[in-house]
Formats: sequence, structure tokens, C-alpha cells
Amino acid sequence: MKTYEEINDRIESGKAVVLTADEIMDYVDEKGLEAAAKEVDVVTTATFGPMCSSGCVLNFGHSKPKIRMSEAWIEDVLVYSGVAAVDVFLGATQLRHGDPANMYHPGEFRYGGGHVIEDLVAGKTLQLFALSYGTDCYPKREIRTYFTINDLNQAIMTNPRNCYQNYNVAINNSDKTIHTYMGTLEPNRKNINYCSAGQLSPLLNDPLYETIGVGTKVWLAGAHGHVYSEGTQHAGACERTAGGVPIGGAGTLALTADMKCMLPEFVRGVSLRGYGVSLALGVGIPIPILNEQVLKWTCVRDRDIKAPVIDYGYEYPQNTGKVVAQVNYEQLRSGEVEIEGEKIPVGSMSSYYKALKIANLLADEIRRGDFQLSKPLAYLPKDNAMKPLVAREKPA
Amino acid sequence: MSDTIKKKLMLDFPRCECEKPILYHLVKDYDLIVNVFRAKVTPEERGYLVLDVTGTPQNIDRAIEYVKTFDVIVNTTGKGVTRDEDRCTHCGHCVTHCPTGALRIGDRATREVTYNEAECIECLACVRVCPYGACASAF
Repeated sequence: MKTYEEINDRIESGKAVVLTADEIMDYVDEKGLEAAAKEVDVVTTATFGPMCSSGCVLNFGHSKPKIRMSEAWIEDVLVYSGVAAVDVFLGATQLRHGDPANMYHPGEFRYGGGHVIEDLVAGKTLQLFALSYGTDCYPKREIRTYFTINDLNQAIMTNPRNCYQNYNVAINNSDKTIHTYMGTLEPNRKNINYCSAGQLSPLLNDPLYETIGVGTKVWLAGAHGHVYSEGTQHAGACERTAGGVPIGGAGTLALTADMKCMLPEFVRGVSLRGYGVSLALGVGIPIPILNEQVLKWTCVRDRDIKAPVIDYGYEYPQNTGKVVAQVNYEQLRSGEVEIEGEKIPVGSMSSYYKALKIANLLADEIRRGDFQLSKPLAYLPKDNAMKPLVAREKPA
Repeated sequence: MSDTIKKKLMLDFPRCECEKPILYHLVKDYDLIVNVFRAKVTPEERGYLVLDVTGTPQNIDRAIEYVKTFDVIVNTTGKGVTRDEDRCTHCGHCVTHCPTGALRIGDRATREVTYNEAECIECLACVRVCPYGACASAF
């Protein structure tokens, strides 16, 4: 048994033993669980992929004379200004003004909210255009100016939902090519796409939310941030394997961090043909090895993690809940899975390559004593399920 | 056949020479096997022809000299489809869309996506499906 304080003391003295979730299984197989739990202080987990429910709060400071922005655009991408005078919220999936979207199907969606966030972090100069109705205290009616992230008072990433614990595997049973947030899916099951870091993914290494909770310190695109809440659609009550691993979506995290400290490599605008824009992010979360059970969870392997194969041609859009098959991540990563006797080539939306890089970057930071761990202030719910939206008649 | 080699040619026509049967002459006069990847040949417009030619080095050189007698820029080292190493995140979305395996998971352990230009037939599937705009076409 170790405490957070003991682990942080070892990190501070530069003596912490840190392994990635990619390395820990072989290490435990060799040393045994009991000895390894005494020796290892931290296991780092990570993921990199499109996370649509992301965005940021920006504060521009005041112009002379002052303006209370009532409508605003950055690089022609609409930002939400229904908050205080010069605060705005920029969402990852917002399209650029004038984007034809899917009018000429499939649309290209070359630039949008996610790309603005990427450009901000990359330090590029961006255009702000804002309108106002004018008030006695904020008389200015219009402003067009150019700024970089360094001109902003705050640029705080505030993502309502990141790091889905597990995710659907997408297939297309229809006879037409479809364009989805899970990528382009060829007709008649010609390809299959997944989106998870599997054995390296944060919540798959802490399936019952024993160390990752509200207040947990995280590595968000290189910045030191926090879990500020359970993520939207968090559904802790779900079907799990005997090993506790959810066999579908389940848990999610709401993350925040200062964008001024982020690394451009891990903040990337995404253009999904025929679907829209998004933002790909890199997240790393350290797991403190408090006891043998916590360590045991981190030893999960791709073959132990099952994901549901869903038809995005009909079943997903119609919300039927039908599952075609269950596959595990070891099968997916082999490059080919067999579904009902057919061998199907596998593609991925999530980058294990980047996730591995993040797990190692975070491990190095902890070894150097530059990243301390924090105990959750509150735990994520394990008993809530996800509710549907019911289209009701207006109550009498 | 004596020693033959295969060479990729990118022909850039500032104005299309569509009345000249260039491919016919490459086959007939220079004994080349031609494999066209893509072409745009419209009268009075800029056009291109990307192809593999297989034949003896001497014949290929002579054929290139012949092609150059037209108003054509011959590029033998050009890359018709390029991948921006910085923009690629190695997600692997492209690999099932690439028909030749030019883009593939090159390393099972690190999951790095590698691009072997020599295997690329310029179908442009990767250009369409890459979420990061990492793949681009010269034309």
C-alpha cells in the first residue's frame, strides 16, 4: 500500500519508478504482482484521437472604447458570445461561415473550430470580427482585429467530453459508401474502423474509476490540466467483462488546461469528409500504483478489451442499439478481423503511435520530478446509465 | 529482352498536345511497356500524364528526349502524391483505403504508418480520406 503523498515524495526526489501502460504487463508477468506493486509508483496511460466535445474559453481584454460582443467570429468561425463582454467559447465542430457543409455531398470541411484551436496553439495570427448592439457602458458596435494567443488574457481549453473509456467499432452493411465521424466506410463491409488506444487508454486502465476522478491532474496536449467533472454522456453503469472492463462506451472525462502551455503536435484540426470538422487531442493520465488491485487493472491487454461492432449504415443512425459482433483490440490491431465468416481490413481513427509517444513523454516528466500526481476531490459515478432523448408531444 | 528497368514519368503539359499520340510512339518506336496512373488531357488547358515505363535504359532515355520535343516538362523524380510527415498523426485511417499497401502500418509495435512512394499508383484515396490533410496531390 502506498499513499499519494509517498508517491509524490518519490517523484520529487527523482526516484519514482514509472512505466507506461504498454510496458507494465510484461513487467508484472516477470516480477509478479506483489513485488511489482511495491516497486512501481506510477503507470502512464495516454490516447490521441478526434474528440468532438472540445472547445475553449477565450478572453480578449477590452478595446478602446469598449465593446460587449454579441456576435463574434475568429477566422470566420462563429464563437459563442452569450457570456460576459469579451469572453467567448469556441467549439471544435463549428463550421466556418459560408462552408457549404454537405450541400455538395460529401463535403470537404477544410477549416472549422478545431483548426482555429490548432492555429491558436501554433501561435498563428488570427482575425477577430465582432459585432454589438451597443450600450451606454459598451458603446463600440463593431471591431475587426488580428491577434495571437499571447495577446489573450486567458485561453483555457474546456472540453465537456474526452477520453471515452471504450468505443464502437464501425462497419457499413449498406450498399453505399458512407461518410461518418468514424471515417469513410465502404459499402458491404469492405472496411471497419475503430477509435481507442485500447490497452494504453486512460479509463481502460482504471475501469472502476479508483484513481481517475474529479481533480485528477492530467497531461492535456503537453499542458498540465485537470479533470473538472465527469464527461458528458458518462455512463458508469454498463455491461463489463469479468475483469471489470466495459464492453461499450461507459466512462468519459471533462478536461481543462491552459492552452498557452500546449504543444502544437498534440492539438490538430480534423476534417472528416462528408461529416464535418473536429479536434484531435493528445491526453496522458498517470495512474498512482496505490496497491496491487490498482496495478492489476493497468495490466489489461488489448485481447482482454472487447468493443461492439455497429453498423453505421442503418443501425447507428436509427439508434436501434443492434450490435453486429464483439471484437477485441488485439484482433483489430492485427489489421484484419473476421465478422460472420468474412475477413475485413481494419482502419483506425485513434493514433496508437502518438498515444505511445505521450505515455513516454509523461513518464519522462514524472521521472524528472516535473509532474506531481493529485488525489481525486470526488469520484466519478459508477451507477448512472445514459438516457435517450424522447420526442414527446407538448404536455397538456 | 535485355536488361529492362521501370521508371516513373510525370509529364506536365503547359498546353495539351492532344492531337499527338504520344503513348503510341512510346510503345511502337521505343519498345516501352506503359502503365498510366492518371492523366488529364483537355484541349487548350494545362494537362498531365503520370505513367510507369518499362524498357531498356537506352530506350527510356531516347523516349524522354522524344517527349521533350513537345512543349512538355518531364519530371522523372517527381512525387505525384506526397505525405506531410508533420501533419500525419499515424492514426491509420488511410491504410484500408490504400489499394496497394503503399501506406501501411510499418511497425507493429509503434503503429507507425509508413509511406512507400514506389508502390503508390496515385488513386488519391488517401488525399480524400485523411482527416488531417496530410496527403496531397501534385496535380
